[in-house]
Amino acid sequence: MAEMDTSSGGGHKKGPGVKKPKKLSTRVDLTPMVDLGFLLITFFVFTTTMSKPTAMNMNEPKDDAKEEEMMKVKESAVMTILIGKGDQVYYYNGILTGDNATAIFKSSNFKDIRQIILDKRNSVPDGDKSKSDLMYIIKATKEAKFKNIIDILDEMQINAIPPGHYAEVDINDAELSLIKQTEDANGIK
Amino acid sequence: MGRAKIPRKSTNIDMTAMCDVAFLLLSFFILATKQKPPEAVTVAAPSSVSTKAAPEKSILITLTKEGKTFLMMGDDIKKKDIIAAVNTAKSLGLSDAEVTKISKMPVIGVSLGQLKPLANRADEFSAAQMPGIPAKDSTNNELVDWIRGITTAYAGSELSLNDLQQMILLKGDGDALYPDFKNVKYALKKNGLYKFRIVTNSENAPVGSELYKLNRENPAGKKE
Repeated sequence: MAEMDTSSGGGHKKGPGVKKPKKLSTRVDLTPMVDLGFLLITFFVFTTTMSKPTAMNMNEPKDDAKEEEMMKVKESAVMTILIGKGDQVYYYNGILTGDNATAIFKSSNFKDIRQIILDKRNSVPDGDKSKSDLMYIIKATKEAKFKNIIDILDEMQINAIPPGHYAEVDINDAELSLIKQTEDANGIK
Repeated sequence: MGRAKIPRKSTNIDMTAMCDVAFLLLSFFILATKQKPPEAVTVAAPSSVSTKAAPEKSILITLTKEGKTFLMMGDDIKKKDIIAAVNTAKSLGLSDAEVTKISKMPVIGVSLGQLKPLANRADEFSAAQMPGIPAKDSTNNELVDWIRGITTAYAGSELSLNDLQQMILLKGDGDALYPDFKNVKYALKKNGLYKFRIVTNSENAPVGSELYKLNRENPAGKKE
């Protein structure tokens, strides 16, 4: 392929005194070219990012829903997850009142929260529809990072909590002060 | 003793075939790779177990680490209509030529008041220099106006609200703070868009988790 026929046609004799031209091989060493080719392939393979971005669905609750249109959930089936600064997670079951606050308000982290979410899911009895009462409320403080929110929503997906059984809502002052207390006590900056 | 002569063979291998293969592979990889559109602002998206690929045709809201918001629209989006709708709604006084010029820009990242000077700028203005669309609080959230422009531009089209919601993507930096994210959500909710999507990097479901079991039971299954 890379050779060309350089022999002068069919051994035709030239006259005496005519010097025979030296046959030069046209064979080219292709090794460097192969090297180059594979180098480029390696380069392209490594620089190409294989991971395609994926999209996560977000369903937001309506803000302006009237009191009577609001979804009612059983107190026992509700878990509130709060996200604070420094990748801290806090949670409590049921409704927070003045007296029980310190008893039910617990702190956790992103590692342990998966089991906590799962335990809650398993503790709620199956209703007419499966786990129809189960509800997770996610709240975040001002210092929480976008990543934390995504992580906690991701935990919901990991624990196969059906969409509609978790919602992200605004935090209230009572919870904020509890988080503040806990953060001060634990020395989280 | 006469020993059979072993004819000397040349150790030269014909590299032609190998060269062919190398370049065939090379051209395949180059052609098969889809060029990533240049990112005007760099954002490190968080990862999630979502497996749905982000749609190609999209309206992308980017949220940077510093809390700046940018709007990026592809070429297949009614960009001009959106800008024209914002122009009329907020009476910015942009001429047709200025609207066209802005629609050719890959990123919108200035306040409404700065749009006109931006359209008349002769030099290139990179996205990194742009201050971002003001969306710091609910009283001065210009992203609301942009989203309204988008809904207006698509109001009469064949696209349903659901399709439009599928198109809206939010790409946020993992280190962006929650209030900034909330302001973007506010802008979307204000315009009746309660569903949108967040761009994430994919990761596998942790071994032993519920989702992992679900995937095992139903490998080809569809999950959200």
